[in-house]
Amino acid sequence: MSWYLAMPLMTPVLTAVAAYLLRGSGIGRWVAVAGSALGLVFALMLMNQVIAAGVVTGQMSDWPAPFGITLIADLFSGIMVLLTAGVGLAVAVYACGEIDDDLEEMGFFAIFQLLLAGVTGAFLTGDLFNLYVWFEVLLISSFGLLILGGTRQQIDGAVKYVVLNLVSTIIFLCGLGLLYGATGTLNMADLRLAVDNSDQQGLVTVLSMFFLVAFAMKAAVFPLFFWLPASYHTPTSAVSAIFAGLLSKVGVYALFRTFTLIFDNDPAYTQPILYVAAALTMVTGILGALAQTDMRRVMSYQIVSSIGFLILGLAIGTPLALAGAIFYLVHNIIVKVNLFLVAGVATRLCGSSEMSRMGGVYKTAPLVALLFLVPAFTLAGFPPLTGFWAKVLLVQAALEAGNWGMVALVLIVSLLTIWSLMIVWARVFWAAHPEGLEPRTADLAPVRLHLLLPIAALGLASILIGLFPNGLIVLVQAAAAQLLDPQAYVDAVLGGAP
Amino acid sequence: MNSLILTTATRLIVAILLLFSMFMLLRGHNEPGGGFIGGLIGATGFVMYAIACGTSEARAALRVRPQQIAAAGLGVAALAGLSSGLLGDPIFTGEWLMIGASGDSKGLALSTVLLFDIGVYLVVMGGILTLVFALEEEI
Repeated sequence: MSWYLAMPLMTPVLTAVAAYLLRGSGIGRWVAVAGSALGLVFALMLMNQVIAAGVVTGQMSDWPAPFGITLIADLFSGIMVLLTAGVGLAVAVYACGEIDDDLEEMGFFAIFQLLLAGVTGAFLTGDLFNLYVWFEVLLISSFGLLILGGTRQQIDGAVKYVVLNLVSTIIFLCGLGLLYGATGTLNMADLRLAVDNSDQQGLVTVLSMFFLVAFAMKAAVFPLFFWLPASYHTPTSAVSAIFAGLLSKVGVYALFRTFTLIFDNDPAYTQPILYVAAALTMVTGILGALAQTDMRRVMSYQIVSSIGFLILGLAIGTPLALAGAIFYLVHNIIVKVNLFLVAGVATRLCGSSEMSRMGGVYKTAPLVALLFLVPAFTLAGFPPLTGFWAKVLLVQAALEAGNWGMVALVLIVSLLTIWSLMIVWARVFWAAHPEGLEPRTADLAPVRLHLLLPIAALGLASILIGLFPNGLIVLVQAAAAQLLDPQAYVDAVLGGAP
Repeated sequence: MNSLILTTATRLIVAILLLFSMFMLLRGHNEPGGGFIGGLIGATGFVMYAIACGTSEARAALRVRPQQIAAAGLGVAALAGLSSGLLGDPIFTGEWLMIGASGDSKGLALSTVLLFDIGVYLVVMGGILTLVFALEEEI
């Protein structure tokens, strides 16, 4: 069984090594793409196995749980690993068209693969300390990707990103140490039992706040989100696309995992905090998006807003709400990566990502404009695209919980999201270029396929999932049921490991 | 730095440090030592050489770029971990081969653990040297 779990994790590591040793030879970047494709195959095999078996688990090094290193995939992890591999492949292809030889020489493709390994590891680990280690792997890689190229703007963004993420890491580590002191274990399944049997429930609740703050910071939840819009618009568009799709979602995953599996002991205390955080994140995110003038910063603030929807699902906490949140996660990862990739193409066409110096894309490159419309409509939640189904599930869950205020808020924020996308559409694609320049399509001709193919593929994925949502809805409902009743998870780790 | 004493002493010390790093690497696993500490000591040897004779000399003595060493080390460690999977055990299990074991004597113990440690050695050495050379050249 451990092969299924280890291969999605080891493939990016080995690909990173191969891509680094072969860099500059002309095939290094294609080795990276091939490695990503192989990673996607392994992720599909894992998903297949998870659907068949429910929970797949393996002990690395043959040390039994709770002492050894546990890798575990339930449906939620499986979905996330599959998405990581999928958008990883799309962005790897895009990067082949965008990254020049200098950046490749500095190891762009290797660091990119290590980032994917870190993200996959965070989704697959069954141990809180190992979660910390994988967070470190992905953070170090993301620091590298953020400063590669070394412009002044990049360093400025990177400093904010690094400092705030290190603060969150320190809080996480303090929480880990204290939790270990209180319970004597960090294996997640074992922790659930230890927390249930603990006679110091108040202390456990206090400790859970360490994790809430640390993960909320990584997930860019209000009021700890400001590192995200400060840095995501600075690196190359391939990097900001993969950051937008995956990094903050790892924080969301960690919140979902820990607050359903381990810290579900005192919902009366945690739920109100999550409600308030979700509402404020949604509202401040979208207000920020409306106030920005840089195309990529608008989209960065939209990420913050969408994190609010996800936290709302966790706050309501019913099976339907969690299913809606996981559906929203799937939808949002695909759409956000797609929007940032289109933004990258539009930026190259206009020579700037400042919206006052962009325009006329629809006239000169109608295909690019069309490719923007698909994810834009999806994010806005037009039926029958994925954003619509995700919001239907979330709104339905909020209605069932009788939370009318949240229903109103979700609908208002959705409306404002459409407005902010309309501004981008009107200024970048519809209006003529303010300085009378024609966007330069000729520059893009040699790499057009590399740039547009992944965008089209992700758009197609959104449309197909939107048209045939039943399969995914059944899947996310099963995943939500697993999250809310983790007995199978605990048994798989502790009872009779295979 | 131009110091006759340092350059002369470095020739001796570098050789001893590199030998000692090998000793620490092979001694590891059951006794204090191993790939991490061995890699640090090995890197120290080249760092001393770089301080005494300049980074370009040190790079020439190393022959391979330190980043390549680190990447290769990561590959060695990953393959060592996967190799136990081929033998049917969970991945990263230590596989042992005892050559000439009899009675109390364990003989020559070869293992995938050692291979993993060699990978760690290369990663640490390559990583530290990348950083130190870059800092040294910056100044």
